[in-house]
Amino acid sequence: MNDTPLLDLSGLTKAYPGVVANDGVSLRIAPGEVHALLGENGAGKSTLVKMIYGLVKPDAGKMQMHGAGFAPAEPRAARAAGVGMVFQHFSLFDALTVAENIALGMEDAPKLRALSQRIREVSDTYGLPLSPDRVVGDLSAGERQRVEIIRCLLQDPKLLIMDEPTSVLTPQEVEILFKTLRKLSAEGTAILYISHKLEEIRALCDSATILRLGKVVGHCTPSETSARDMAEMMVGTVLKTPTRAGKTPGDVVLALTGLSAKSPSAFGMPLRDINVEVRAGEVLGIGGVAGNGQDELLAALSGETLSAPGMIAFQGRDIGVLGPTPRRAMGILTAPEERLGHAAAPDMSLTENAMLTGAARENLDRGGMLDWGAARAFAERIISTFDVRTPGPGNAARSLSGGNLQKFVIGREVLQRPDLLVVNQPTWGVDASAAAAIRQALLDLAENGAAIIAISQDLDELMEISDRFAALNEGRLSPTRPAQGLTVDEIGMMMGGAHGMEVAHV
Amino acid sequence: MDLSAINPILFVAGFLVAATPLIFAAIGELVVEKSGVLNLGVEGMMITGAICGFAVAVETGSPLLGFAAAAAGGALLSLLFAFLTQIALANQVASGLALTLFGLGLSALLGQSYVGVKPPRLGDIDFGPLADIPVIGPAVFTHDIILYLGLALVAATWAVLKFTRAGLVLRAVGESHDAAHALGYHVKRIRTFAIMFGGACAGVGGAYISLIRVPQWTEGMTAGIGWIALALVVFASWKPGRLLLGAYLFGGITQLQLNLQGAGVAIPVEYLAMSPYLITIIVLVILSADKSAAPASLGRTFHASQ
Repeated sequence: MNDTPLLDLSGLTKAYPGVVANDGVSLRIAPGEVHALLGENGAGKSTLVKMIYGLVKPDAGKMQMHGAGFAPAEPRAARAAGVGMVFQHFSLFDALTVAENIALGMEDAPKLRALSQRIREVSDTYGLPLSPDRVVGDLSAGERQRVEIIRCLLQDPKLLIMDEPTSVLTPQEVEILFKTLRKLSAEGTAILYISHKLEEIRALCDSATILRLGKVVGHCTPSETSARDMAEMMVGTVLKTPTRAGKTPGDVVLALTGLSAKSPSAFGMPLRDINVEVRAGEVLGIGGVAGNGQDELLAALSGETLSAPGMIAFQGRDIGVLGPTPRRAMGILTAPEERLGHAAAPDMSLTENAMLTGAARENLDRGGMLDWGAARAFAERIISTFDVRTPGPGNAARSLSGGNLQKFVIGREVLQRPDLLVVNQPTWGVDASAAAAIRQALLDLAENGAAIIAISQDLDELMEISDRFAALNEGRLSPTRPAQGLTVDEIGMMMGGAHGMEVAHV
Repeated sequence: MDLSAINPILFVAGFLVAATPLIFAAIGELVVEKSGVLNLGVEGMMITGAICGFAVAVETGSPLLGFAAAAAGGALLSLLFAFLTQIALANQVASGLALTLFGLGLSALLGQSYVGVKPPRLGDIDFGPLADIPVIGPAVFTHDIILYLGLALVAATWAVLKFTRAGLVLRAVGESHDAAHALGYHVKRIRTFAIMFGGACAGVGGAYISLIRVPQWTEGMTAGIGWIALALVVFASWKPGRLLLGAYLFGGITQLQLNLQGAGVAIPVEYLAMSPYLITIIVLVILSADKSAAPASLGRTFHASQ
C-alpha cells in the first residue's frame, strides 16, 4: 500500500449540546483500501462521515487529503475534492426521475440527454442496471441505492463513503454490490464502509476502526478477527446470546386465509393472498426487503386496515372487521416499525403513551375517566423492567434515544401479556446489548405461551429467534420453513433473489 | 335582455385584462409552493402592491415606476413572511394568514390620501400592422406591456422549472428538503428567494388592478383574487399551462357576468357576481381529479438538525 494516506484524520472533535459526538478521532485510509467504520448507534460514525463530507464542521482536529489540508465548508467542496457519499436515508427525490436525481448531486451536471447516456455507460460497466428516465418513487430499495452509487461514480471519486448500504438489500444483491465495490477498490478508489453487519465487514473490508461513545477504541483486520470479538469491542462488554428452551407449539392462535388488502399509501404494496398459521408458543419470523408489504401486514393484523370476513381468524374467531381496540382487548398487540409517530406519539409523555395502548388491557380507564396514577405506575414498570434510560415517565417520547424508545415500545406491549404479539423491526437502530434484551423478552414471551410474529430485515436476528421462517416479496408470503438449517442462499431465494438483475441482459 | 349588446371583441379584450392580476399572483405562488412553502398571504401582498404601485405612479407620474414599486412592496412584505417561517420557524399557515390581515391593514393606512385620485395611464403597445388584423387585432394586440409580460412570465416559469438546473434545484427543495440539504443545497436561501419572487409577482398583480383594470384606489380592492390564486395553483396541479387556462376561465366568466349584468339578464346580480369564483373552482376540481402532484415537502418547516 501507498505511504501517503489518501485521507488522514487526526484528533477530530465535535460536540453537540450535552454530548461529545466525536472525541479526538484519528483515522487513516490508503488509496484503494476498503476501511470499515464500526460502532453502535450513537457511537459517532455518522458525525464523523458528515465532517468528511462537509455537512458538519469539526470543533477541533484536522483533516488531510493526499498530504494537503482538507476542510470542506460544504458538500460541494468535498465532492470537488473527490469524496462521494451514499446515504442511508434522505437523499433521493421520489417525484423526480433517475437522471434528475443524479444531476442534483453533481457539480456542472451535463445536459440531461448527455447525462442519461453516461448513466447507461456507467451502469453497464459496473453491472448496475438502471433506466435514467424512471421516476425514483417507483424503484425498489436496491434500485434506489444504485441511483446513489451511480451518482457518486459519475464524479470519479477517490473516496466513497457508504453508510449502511446493505440494510435494504437481499443477500444476492449484497453479493452484486460487493463485486462492484471490489472492482472500484481495485481501480484505486478507497471506500469507507459503515455497517454493523459484522460478517459483511469480514468478507469485504481490509481494515476496521471501531468507535465507542465518540472515541476510537480499537483497530483490527476484519478477516482475522471473529465477529464476536468485534461486537464485544463495539459494545465494551461481553455479549449474552439469547437462549430458549425447546418447546412444542400449542394450538393455532392466528390463521390467515387468503388475506389480501390494498395498501393505504400511494407508494405502498398491496397484500396478495397470504396464507399462514401461527401457534401458541412459537415465533414466526418474516423476512423480506423493506417495502414488500411489511407495514401493510402489520396494519392488517393490528386492525388499522380492515379486511374482508373470513381472512383473519384469531383463536377461531373471525376478526377481520374489528378495529384495533377490540383486537387489543382480545390479546392481539402490535409494535409497528416507525417509533416516532406510529408506535409512540412523539410529543406526549411516556405515561400518556403507556395509556394510549395499555388502557384496554391494563384497566387504565374506568367509564371514560383516565386513571393517571395507574398509567404512571404502568409506565414506571416498563421503564424498570426493560431498563429504559430516561429521567422518568413524565418525559416526552421524542426525548428518548431511538434504542431506549424502542425498548419502551416493545416493553409496553410485552407487559400487557399478549396472546399474539406482532412486531416490525423490533431492534432497528438499537445497540447490541439492548437488542439482545429485546430478543430475550420476545423469546420469554413465547416460552410462556404467546404466539409471536417478528417481521424484520435483519436475517441474523430472525434466525436467532424464529422457529419458522417465511419471506414477504411483492406482498406475497412464501410458504413457511423451519428456521433451523436454512442457508443464506435459500433465504435469499425466498426473498425474491436479486431484484431486477435480469434487466442487465435485455 | 339584449345579448347582442355584448361585443365579442371587447369581451375578449376585457377578459385578458381581468385575468392578468390572477396570472401574476398565481404564477408567483406556484413558484413559492414548488419550493415547498405555502404562503397564504397572497391577498395581503397583492393589496400592498396595489397601493405601493398606485402611490408611486401618482407621485412620479410614471406607471412603469409604479409597477416596479409594487413588485418591491410585495417582495418586502413577503420578506416578513420569509423571516417568520424560515428563520423563526413559525407555522406557515398562521404566518400567511397574519400576512394577509397585516397587508390589508397596512394598505388601508398607506392609501388614506389616495382615495378618489386618478392614476396616470399606461399606454398600449403599438404592434403596427398586427393591430389592424380584423377581430384578432383589436382583441389581442391592444394592451399594455404588463399584460404581455404576465404571459411571458408563465412561459418563462414553465421553461425554467422544466429545463434549467435552477428549476430542478427549486423542485428538489420542495420535494424533499432533507435530501436537498444533505446534497449541500441551501434550503432556506432558495426558499427565501422563491418567497420574494412570489411577493413581487403578487405585488405586480395587485398594481394591475389599481393602475389598469379599475384604475383607482379603494380599500380591499383585490376582493379575494389572492385567495382564488391560491386555489388556482392547487387545482392547476402546480402546472403553469393549466394555471393559465384556469386564469382565463376565471377572467372570461368575470367579464361575461359583467356583460350579462349590462345586458340586463334577469338573474340577481349576486349570483352573477359569485359565478366566476364558483365555476372556476368547480372546473379546476374536475380537472385536478387525475392525480395530485403536490410538492412532497409543501408546508413543512425545515430545520437543519445537525
